[in-house]
Amino acid sequence: MKRFESVYPLRPLFFRKLKNHLITLFSWSAVVIAVGAMVWILGTVLIDGLKVITPGFLLNPSKPYGIPDAGIGNAILGTLLITGGAALLAVPCGVAAGIYLAEFGSGTRLGNGLRFCANVLMGMPSILVGLLVYSLMVVPMGSFSGVAGSVALAVIMFPVIMRTTEDMLLMVPASLREAALALGMTRTRAILRIVCTSARNGLLTGILLSLSRVSGETAPLLFTAMFADSWPKDYFTGPTANIPMLITEYTTNSPFEEMHAAGWGAAFVVSAIILFINITTRICFRERHHGK
Amino acid sequence: MANKISARNINFYYGSHQALFDNNLDIAEHAITAVIGPSGCGKSTHLRIYNRIYELYRDQRVTGSLFIDGVDVLNEKVDVLELRRKVGMIFQKPTPFPMSVFDNVAYPLRLHYRLSRSEIADKVEEALRGASLWEEVKDKLKSSGLALSGGQQQRLCIARAIAASPEVLLMDEPTSAIDPVATLKIEELMVELKKRFTIVIVTHNMQQAARISDFTAFFYKGRIVEFGDTEKIFTNPDEKQTEEYITGRFG
Repeated sequence: MKRFESVYPLRPLFFRKLKNHLITLFSWSAVVIAVGAMVWILGTVLIDGLKVITPGFLLNPSKPYGIPDAGIGNAILGTLLITGGAALLAVPCGVAAGIYLAEFGSGTRLGNGLRFCANVLMGMPSILVGLLVYSLMVVPMGSFSGVAGSVALAVIMFPVIMRTTEDMLLMVPASLREAALALGMTRTRAILRIVCTSARNGLLTGILLSLSRVSGETAPLLFTAMFADSWPKDYFTGPTANIPMLITEYTTNSPFEEMHAAGWGAAFVVSAIILFINITTRICFRERHHGK
Repeated sequence: MANKISARNINFYYGSHQALFDNNLDIAEHAITAVIGPSGCGKSTHLRIYNRIYELYRDQRVTGSLFIDGVDVLNEKVDVLELRRKVGMIFQKPTPFPMSVFDNVAYPLRLHYRLSRSEIADKVEEALRGASLWEEVKDKLKSSGLALSGGQQQRLCIARAIAASPEVLLMDEPTSAIDPVATLKIEELMVELKKRFTIVIVTHNMQQAARISDFTAFFYKGRIVEFGDTEKIFTNPDEKQTEEYITGRFG
């Protein structure tokens, strides 16, 4: 095509267009690789996992190799207990600390220190958290326990909840805070009733994301909850079954095909739980932006 | 006319930066006093002293006296929660709380007063009528305050502010985020409201100040350059700076 006249010497268009195409191509391949990997992983888990899923598999407790009617019911219940316990410990502390950071701690030395520690803690390898809880709880108590697993997961959840709470509260416009105070509310009431309510979907999102992050964690449970072939009635005093440890044990430490298959089944269940939490989060977040 | 508020020798600091210099201003009761001036001249800062809302920020500090009904409210002994019951505030952007229309207006009633359910319902209606919003929302009192239009949200905030039965209403550019039709409604409302309240309004809009206010204070660089009857300020100001500003030669 003929180009329009110009008073200045023209640069060729070819290389600019080529660059445009190359970068588009590059981003598309990145997308294909990322999505492909995800589809591959989920597909494998789905195909190999679904084969062994039966009501009995989900409801019966795990048993040593060779005993019939084995399942992963105890591990599912144990995981719910351990992550539930972790949430019980981490959510109130994390939200309270996040409120402190957003409402009182900005620019203070304590606030900056706390924020720095949280960032470091978020980057810490989770196996170190497991070791810490091992030395602080498991050794003094003389036994692995589900509650030690909860504490380890809570230590991982805490900084995540704290930072998302802070970010979400800082997104609430200052004028809303001022409007609450200008009506004669105390600081506490303004924060809890108005600011937190206004950010509630964001707070919930942070909590759910941290839950989905830890519900698949294995390393912190290795030294704390361990594993047991029984129903998790010894949550406070003894080793407690959980899905991530079951997967590790069955797929890496067992020579038997049936155990490997059960491991895939457990992987399917834990993926389904995480996917469920993530989708719930998405729905919460959508409400936040479009719901009026 | 009696003075409701008297500011005396007010100086204001953001950290080490001084934003207001020796402000003296008398606000007449049951009248609208407009505060005008170019951006950054300190007019909002001045208004935010009247209900001590600046105290939310650690680095902000004031010296001087602010008498409301003869009491220096900058004195530590004056309870800030009591002060804010008496002095309501409307902000530039509407600030409905994340709750229903009804609960928005009922909030200050439940906060400050011991009232029965039916008394609250009556007073909510009264406040919504007072803010010329009742006819538009009477069928959707239970829907979220955030679902109203911008102009309705601002009138909801006015209803919420007057529900607390204050004596003074501070308005910090209340129509600058609102379309012209809704602005006109709010201006008519303010003229109605001055029968019951003492109103101080900060505005960027000089026509608005000329239309609705009884008195006008012109701020420039943290000082009150001129203060007087609105008519005089807009037709025959004493100061050259005032004249240049209102004729649009700067600011």
